[in-house]
Amino acid sequence: MKQKIRDILAKHGALPVPVDQLAEDSDLYAAGLSSFASVQVMLGIEEAFDVEFPDNLLNRKSFQSIAAITRAVEGLTGSAEAAE
Amino acid sequence: MTMTVGTSFAERAQRVSAVAAVHADDVDARGRFPREAVDAMIAERLLSIQIPTSLGGEDASVSEIAEACSLLGQSCSAAAMVFAMHHIKLSSLVTHGADSAWHSAFMRRVADEQLLLASATTEGGIGGNLRNSICAIEIDGDTCRLTKDATVISYGAHADAILITSRAHADAASTDQVMTVFTKDQYTLEQTHVWDTLGMRGTCSDGWLFKGEAPKEQILPKPFAEIAAQSMLATSHLLWSGVWYGIAVNAVARAQAFVRAAARKSPGVAPPGALRLAEASNLLQLVKSNTIAGLKEYEAAKADPDKLSSMGFAVAMNNVKIASSETVLTIINQAMLICGIMGYKNGTPFSLGRHLRDAHSAQLMISNDRILGNTSNLLLVHKQDTSLTG
Repeated sequence: MKQKIRDILAKHGALPVPVDQLAEDSDLYAAGLSSFASVQVMLGIEEAFDVEFPDNLLNRKSFQSIAAITRAVEGLTGSAEAAE
Repeated sequence: MTMTVGTSFAERAQRVSAVAAVHADDVDARGRFPREAVDAMIAERLLSIQIPTSLGGEDASVSEIAEACSLLGQSCSAAAMVFAMHHIKLSSLVTHGADSAWHSAFMRRVADEQLLLASATTEGGIGGNLRNSICAIEIDGDTCRLTKDATVISYGAHADAILITSRAHADAASTDQVMTVFTKDQYTLEQTHVWDTLGMRGTCSDGWLFKGEAPKEQILPKPFAEIAAQSMLATSHLLWSGVWYGIAVNAVARAQAFVRAAARKSPGVAPPGALRLAEASNLLQLVKSNTIAGLKEYEAAKADPDKLSSMGFAVAMNNVKIASSETVLTIINQAMLICGIMGYKNGTPFSLGRHLRDAHSAQLMISNDRILGNTSNLLLVHKQDTSLTG
């Protein structure tokens, strides 16, 4: 799951740094994630994992880091896929 | 000036509004700073009402400040906008500076000395997107230094301190920003642009090359992204809406005076503008309801940073701004149709030229196209709120 999330970030995040250089808890906003790109990443994740983000997860915190995104997706899929 | 503490915010703002009204046409014609109105704000100690009482302020809510913006906007848009912009900056200090010793002490100074705060978020080369910076703050031991090509600093030459955005360090991404407070003795300004505009002429939003040096503790301890989302954007849209509502209220008051004068001359015959006045009154109520709903939503979300950072809240505040800024223009145009040539001419009791020109700034200060673009992006994932009252 984490690799899939990194792939989506690389594709839609428009980050000025390579995604594989980011630690799991790196602040994505500090790394240059714009609010426009964060929505594109959300859309990519919704499509890839067939989930829909409820409004209570649509805030900066849920997309602050790769770890935070993973937690949000895990919460939505109810899966333990994170071990992948 | 007499001491006025003990009377309500609205009564104090009303007295400032009376002073501002006397000079509004001159401020507009000469494109000069509304000095008399700002001096009256200082005398009434209105520049510190938002600061907590523990730091020498009066704990005013954003609704109370919006009411003052509206009262001032009814007489002089420029004075009202200066007051609004000052309080937008102050909201960032109150919301994000309370845990910092330097910023708390600074708020006490703002209250004691009635300091006027200005903002420098715009920069040459970023195309109006305040969530991007090119310049970076340089930290050297305990000192920070910043040079910024600030294409707009409203009343920059008249402010006592400037809150200015920059990248957080030399290697930071353009969106990784901080905001720093520099006091007047800590910066120089070299003028690069002159504010000679259609309206809002008295805000004196000239362009400046800013060069400052200060202790690094003056950098606000939160990322600017959070400051923007949690205090600045919401208070901007709400307090600006207060100002614009005030401009529209005065336009409708002039149109109503015109219709009533005609009605008195020929009782029994409905004056020609009467129906349009009813329409203008209807639109005015829409702007009022819209602004009040936004204020209530902000007051309810204020204590919850997650809610303030949520998409739903951003969409709601964006919508408040779009609706207010577009509708006030329609209202003032209606008022102009009612007053006819007497509204079009300067120097009559029904003149509306200044109102119309000032109100045209509303859709441009943060372009409505940019805001709609932002909302449309958010709506790709955020589901529209379906409740009526909640």
